[in-house]
Amino acid sequence: MTTADSKTQDSGIQYDMSKNEIKVAPNDGSYLLDGYELVCGLEVHVELATATKLFSASANRFGDDPNTHIDPVTLGLPGALPVLNRQAVELAMRIGLALNCKVQPSTFHRKNYFYPDMPKAYQISQYDQPINVDGWLELPGGKSIGVERAHLEEDTGKSTHIGGTGGRIHGSDYSLIDFNRAGVPLVEIVGRPDIASPEEARQYVTELRQILVAVGASDAKMEEGSMRCDANVSVRKPGAPLGIRCEIKNVNSVRSLGRAIEYEARRQIVLLEAGEKIRQETRHWDETDGRTHTLRSKEDADDYRYFLEPDLVPLNPDQAWIDAVRAALPMLPRERRLRLSQATGAPADGEAIMVVVERGQDDYVMSVGEAGADVARALVHVKEAFAEQGANPTVPAADLAQMIIMETGGKLTSTQAKTVLAEIVANGGGDAVAIAAAKGFEAMDNSALEAVVDQVIAEQAEAWSKYCGGEQKAMGALVGAIMKASQGKADGKAVTALLLAKKG
Amino acid sequence: MTTHANIPTTAAAIADGVRSGALKAVDVLEAHLAQIAAREGEIHAFNLVTADEARAAAARVDADVAAGRDPGILAGVPIALKDNMCTRGIPTTCSSKILEGWRPPYDATVVQRLAAAGAVAIGKTNLDEFAMGSSTENSAFGVTFNPRDISRVSGGSSGGSAAAVAAGFSPISIGSDTGGSIRQPAALCGVVGVKPTYGTVSRYGLVAYASSLDQMGPFSTDVRDSALVLEAISGHDPMDSTSIPQAPLSLQHVLSQGVEGLRVGRITDMPSGADPDVTARLEAAFDALKAAGAKIVDVEMPSMKYALTAYYLIAPAEASSNLARYDGVRYGLRVNATDTNAMYSATRTAGFGEEVKRRIMLGTYALSAGYYDAYYGKALKVRRLISDDFARAYTKADVLLTPTSPIVAFPVGEKSDDPLAMYLCDIYTIPTNLAGHPAMSVPFGTGAHGLPVGVQILAPTLGEQVMFKVAASLERSMIAAGGAK
Repeated sequence: MTTADSKTQDSGIQYDMSKNEIKVAPNDGSYLLDGYELVCGLEVHVELATATKLFSASANRFGDDPNTHIDPVTLGLPGALPVLNRQAVELAMRIGLALNCKVQPSTFHRKNYFYPDMPKAYQISQYDQPINVDGWLELPGGKSIGVERAHLEEDTGKSTHIGGTGGRIHGSDYSLIDFNRAGVPLVEIVGRPDIASPEEARQYVTELRQILVAVGASDAKMEEGSMRCDANVSVRKPGAPLGIRCEIKNVNSVRSLGRAIEYEARRQIVLLEAGEKIRQETRHWDETDGRTHTLRSKEDADDYRYFLEPDLVPLNPDQAWIDAVRAALPMLPRERRLRLSQATGAPADGEAIMVVVERGQDDYVMSVGEAGADVARALVHVKEAFAEQGANPTVPAADLAQMIIMETGGKLTSTQAKTVLAEIVANGGGDAVAIAAAKGFEAMDNSALEAVVDQVIAEQAEAWSKYCGGEQKAMGALVGAIMKASQGKADGKAVTALLLAKKG
Repeated sequence: MTTHANIPTTAAAIADGVRSGALKAVDVLEAHLAQIAAREGEIHAFNLVTADEARAAAARVDADVAAGRDPGILAGVPIALKDNMCTRGIPTTCSSKILEGWRPPYDATVVQRLAAAGAVAIGKTNLDEFAMGSSTENSAFGVTFNPRDISRVSGGSSGGSAAAVAAGFSPISIGSDTGGSIRQPAALCGVVGVKPTYGTVSRYGLVAYASSLDQMGPFSTDVRDSALVLEAISGHDPMDSTSIPQAPLSLQHVLSQGVEGLRVGRITDMPSGADPDVTARLEAAFDALKAAGAKIVDVEMPSMKYALTAYYLIAPAEASSNLARYDGVRYGLRVNATDTNAMYSATRTAGFGEEVKRRIMLGTYALSAGYYDAYYGKALKVRRLISDDFARAYTKADVLLTPTSPIVAFPVGEKSDDPLAMYLCDIYTIPTNLAGHPAMSVPFGTGAHGLPVGVQILAPTLGEQVMFKVAASLERSMIAAGGAK
């Protein structure tokens, strides 16, 4: 409801000084924002797809009954000690190498704070010597976003607060804790503040997600929390020093990320324009009212008393291991888009290629091409008809190839091709020739089509003369009549081409 | 010192007897339980005696022997465990109210290895709460008195384990040593106590005080028994990342090798303050080793005087983090209050004793933003300097010899209101922990009031063999001089 409200506001921004909140008009997509630049850096946490936890042998599995994947280490029982999971290190290195980072010797620290779902009252996290440093991620359009570091740390348990208001611990009657998530390995990817618009933020997260999935490091689902994104946002006049930043938490989708950054930038601009100062603070994105709210200010921030974790030894992967991980990296989304672009002639950052590569169907498109069909048609059909199919479509590549060969050979009109394809997809495959025959789709060869066209021109002399006089609208009437006369067997493109040729 | 008729006093002799069938493990156990019944009332070495579990374990050992199965190198040997190592299903308290009643769901690696070697655990021994102290007076469950003079302390923090061996409750016991907590009570109770090289004995299941310093080790009445226990409990453990990847120590074969030609270091700039009766025994030890063919050499340890200060920043800093988990959420004591933070506070206020609170405060402060560099950071630098000093000293000497404790066992209550005086008890033991090196205390005669004096042998990393050679030599010279072992 609040979303609708904000859309109806056309007067721009309203500021409630007492609540330190503003209402803003929806984004018109233009950056600069009122003469201000946006400076944004993202911190992304991803849960690694390991079999077991970062420091113990309990299963790393989402969605099971509470407290079924626990052990003395996970619960922080007295005397329990962490042992680093080799697979987690390998997945962290895959992430680092895919993001062009340097993999370096690293250490673990303790980050000390009390919270009921933190069993040891400290989190083991890499701190001043992370495993991956100094990389970058290239957006589809070519802009490079710096990656400061990508480090290993452990997740906390999950609290559910019963009673009270708003599901918060304060004021609740009691709380339940599920420690299944405690100790699950995370990699935190800290981006440099190179992001200059909400759209770039969306692209960064989308691209990052694809890379994480491609290298097998994580399923990276924002909605399920296996990928979590915090945004550091500040604004400044072009050329001015960096502004004070606020950190936005609780952003649970790529769409919300753009909205939250936009809202926060506008909130800061309103304050600055009113002569106010920005307070450095952590803010909470509220999906329902579309605003950010103060969570805690810098003054309230915990002193985490970091110190080197004495229960672990330094992590120093040897060069042979690093080289092996690098050599085993699969083709990354950017390369896959370029490959598909070269094969089809479609732009690498165009919608069709972006969508098909994001779905992981680019290998499939290529194999349809290898089966003898036109790859560009394969790209279009897969993009249009395979949205529900996932990375490994059930339709055999040869079946789609056969259909496309009929289409490009003029044996099926594009409308007929769609109908045949729909049936092939519904059945998980099929013989396009047989389906076309069963539906009575016959190829209308060019001489038959020309006869129909000549007949319609004769019948619709008025429309024909208008068309020849340059009235484009008239073409619609002619094409419609031709399609009708051919009982839908005429190919639209061929009809247009014939009309154009006859016009001279 | 034990009084069991027909039962040998050493673990080695008991294990030999049980393995050969000449002794029954159940008889060995009953003799020791009888000794506990006779004297535990005045000593209070134990928080818990697990007689039933021990009887079942002893019966299993006898059954193994009867069936021709190898019962292990510690077959039928009763052993007491400091109450800060986890024992499955058996309360583990760290002598703290905050863990009262907690039963671990798992055994410490050391406990597993002892059981596998056929040792029979007879109970959990008293300690200074969370191993913080030098007298076992900081226990929530009462003081452990020195079996040699029950008006005096047993030392600490492993006072219960030292007293158990000194009183004949068990021939061997296990303690933990963070700044001297095995060696100092061993000296005060007149028994052998060993802190091995950091990483030699797994810490898995040892409730942490200061993780980078904690190490478990044995108490025994003679040098051989400590060697035997270390052979059973040392060696790599994949559950402890700081465990050194190596085979178990092999020590018994070096005990007869003698010390001829060994270089024994005297620290010329050692912090002073040891009582004259203690330094007299140290000189006697130098003389004995010289007579046995060792060479006495001078070494310098210029940073040693800063060790105590560095220790009382590093250990409390780690402790403040290690003890943060006792928050009343999952196990142990919980004192309910209006909200979560108030519950933490009420629980920890009621559950921890004064010394534990003092060290948590000290450590929290030392790690705080703005103070880290001046305190914790500087202490880490001192730690490196001390390691450097040792490295230089060990180019000149094979082992170093110092007093274990500057004083003999002191009267109960004498230092309990003066933390700094108490901290000074560990002035000679702490440097080894900071360096991660091995050290051990061997009884070497008596001082004031006829009370035991211990001499400390220090060795470089993994220098247990040379350390034990020297210990065995000192023990032989005491026996030759007619002294009690």
